[in-house]
Amino acid sequence: MQTANVNRLTPYLFLAPAAVIMAVALLYPIGYMVYASFLDWNPSQRIGEAEFVGLRNYINLLGDASFRESFWVTMKFAMVVVSLEMFLGVGLALLLDRNIRGMSVLRTLFILPMMIAPIVVGLMWRYMYHPTVGIFNRTLKSMGFDPIPWLSDGNWAFASVVIADVWQWTPFIFILSLAALQSLPQSAMEAAKIDGATGWQQIIHIKLPLMMPVLIVTLLLRLIDAFKVLEVILVLTNGGPGLSTEILSLRISRTASEFRELGEAAAMSNYLLILLMILTFAMFLYNKAVELRAARLRKAAEEDL
Amino acid sequence: MPKIVFDKVSKSYGSVEVLPPFDLTLEDSEFTVLVGPSGCGKSTTLRMLAGLETLSGGEIYFDDRPISKLDPKDRDLAMVFQDYALYPHMNIAKNMSFALRLAKASKSEIEEKVTRVATMLNIAHLLDRKPAELSGGQRQRVAMGRALVRDAGTFLFDEPLSNLDAKLRGKMRAELAEMRDTIDKNMVYVTHDQVEAMTLGDRIVVMSDGLIQQQGTPEELFKSPVNKFVAGFIGSPTMNFIDGALTEEKGVTWVRGDGFMLPLDADLGKRLQSAASKDVTVGIRPSSFVTDTDRGAAIELKVVVAEYLGAQSVLVTRCGDADVLVETQSTSPIRAGTIQTFGVLTDEIMIFDKASGLRL
Repeated sequence: MQTANVNRLTPYLFLAPAAVIMAVALLYPIGYMVYASFLDWNPSQRIGEAEFVGLRNYINLLGDASFRESFWVTMKFAMVVVSLEMFLGVGLALLLDRNIRGMSVLRTLFILPMMIAPIVVGLMWRYMYHPTVGIFNRTLKSMGFDPIPWLSDGNWAFASVVIADVWQWTPFIFILSLAALQSLPQSAMEAAKIDGATGWQQIIHIKLPLMMPVLIVTLLLRLIDAFKVLEVILVLTNGGPGLSTEILSLRISRTASEFRELGEAAAMSNYLLILLMILTFAMFLYNKAVELRAARLRKAAEEDL
Repeated sequence: MPKIVFDKVSKSYGSVEVLPPFDLTLEDSEFTVLVGPSGCGKSTTLRMLAGLETLSGGEIYFDDRPISKLDPKDRDLAMVFQDYALYPHMNIAKNMSFALRLAKASKSEIEEKVTRVATMLNIAHLLDRKPAELSGGQRQRVAMGRALVRDAGTFLFDEPLSNLDAKLRGKMRAELAEMRDTIDKNMVYVTHDQVEAMTLGDRIVVMSDGLIQQQGTPEELFKSPVNKFVAGFIGSPTMNFIDGALTEEKGVTWVRGDGFMLPLDADLGKRLQSAASKDVTVGIRPSSFVTDTDRGAAIELKVVVAEYLGAQSVLVTRCGDADVLVETQSTSPIRAGTIQTFGVLTDEIMIFDKASGLRL
């Protein structure tokens, strides 16, 4: 009896350290942030001295044009970069899914950008975008074109940060898509060839549908990440010119450090958190649906033997 | 339904030659079975025919048209794969109609063909299901159905039954045999199972180590194999091979070995006169033994194991150092551990050259 009880407790005993660390490192700060979002809190005050204002921060934000602009820029940024990255990443994977000499080297080269620290990526692109000594404008000039205001014009600045992000994160989608492609059943592809499918038809009717589960998860992961992007934009444009590239995480950091509105920054973080939770929940639902479907199919097959 | 001709076709992977150049002709509307142990090159041959592998040399002709540069889709063929290769994301109806839809067939035509084939194969009630919802045997039928809805001139089968359990395999084999007689198409069937080959093939091509050992009707292969490999591969239980030496006594050629001495038929004896070496391998099929010693030359065998299979029993016996399989009717039970005298039907004895394995 005694041993049986101990045995039953063993798993929880092993889980306990991880659970404690989770609580301290994750739940405590989140709880702190949620609480802070209900306060009118200046960094010079201790948290106990701050005035409790209820939902005022949230309501104020909804009416704040700059916040709405920031929110819109973030949405636009996430949608544009993730669409481009999906298109390029999946396309590259489809192109490079073959055995030719040197392919493994090429694949490694393709995923290098992902391994560079975002700050470094930001600095690197800032030099390349430099109006006079940057490689782009020098090249344009030597070819006789006018220089482009990469980072000083609102529209161009947005495009510039998009290009940098696409450069860095396309490899992520590329390697996941490639892995998905290479795990597809080869014989189904051969059957399609014999059934008369051209290269395009194989991609559209066989490869993409079979890759879809991986692609959906990849898309959601990338989307969650794109909403949180900070460093590259911070280094490249610091949100400017104007608010043209001021994504939410940048605005949050500025609200806290420049405007000294900790409560409002916390409320903003919570809006972002809610958005990300919706995405995460969508991913969870999708996984659940896939699992349920697989279970149903298995059951049907077993019943029908 | 073209006549298919392999003309000096060969296949190498890098410097490894898996198929040395060979010629092979598959007649119009014939059911040809390529059979051999794994790694003998039979699947590679089929895949080259399908266009899934390139040729390293030679050319394949459909009638007089060279096809080795054509895409699989331009070769007018349908194929059934070993693992069925169904499209997991499409339901059965979509799986079966994929080729027709790509060919932009009309909706009514697609529906008519799918329904007809599905009814024929007994899978009409499964059309809405996904492949994962089917049992192995049903998937097999769908794979077959997917090939059949296409009115291709040539059907290729790559070990289609090898993933099924024994009972289902027997059933599907019988259905295939029936289908073979009703469908007037070229069929090329690859298997490692000689029973499938014997029951299905109009003509069998036996391959080993990338070489075509022999081709012919099932009966030809069984009755007059050209070498020891074919003799051992065709027929179940497999032929017994015992080392022996040829001698001549009283005008009769005898073969003598450890624990036996058997007279050979006059025809065979005459043929053996010119044999270069007197060292031979004797081949006797398990079915060539009879319990009635009056009907054949006597041989004494020590019964080691008696395997009861129902109407028949297979006895594992020992003749000198060699194991010898004997097939008998179960009506006259024979106990293990006894020494028995059997008759050998001498006209069914085959003699092979010991060194080359060729039949003499």
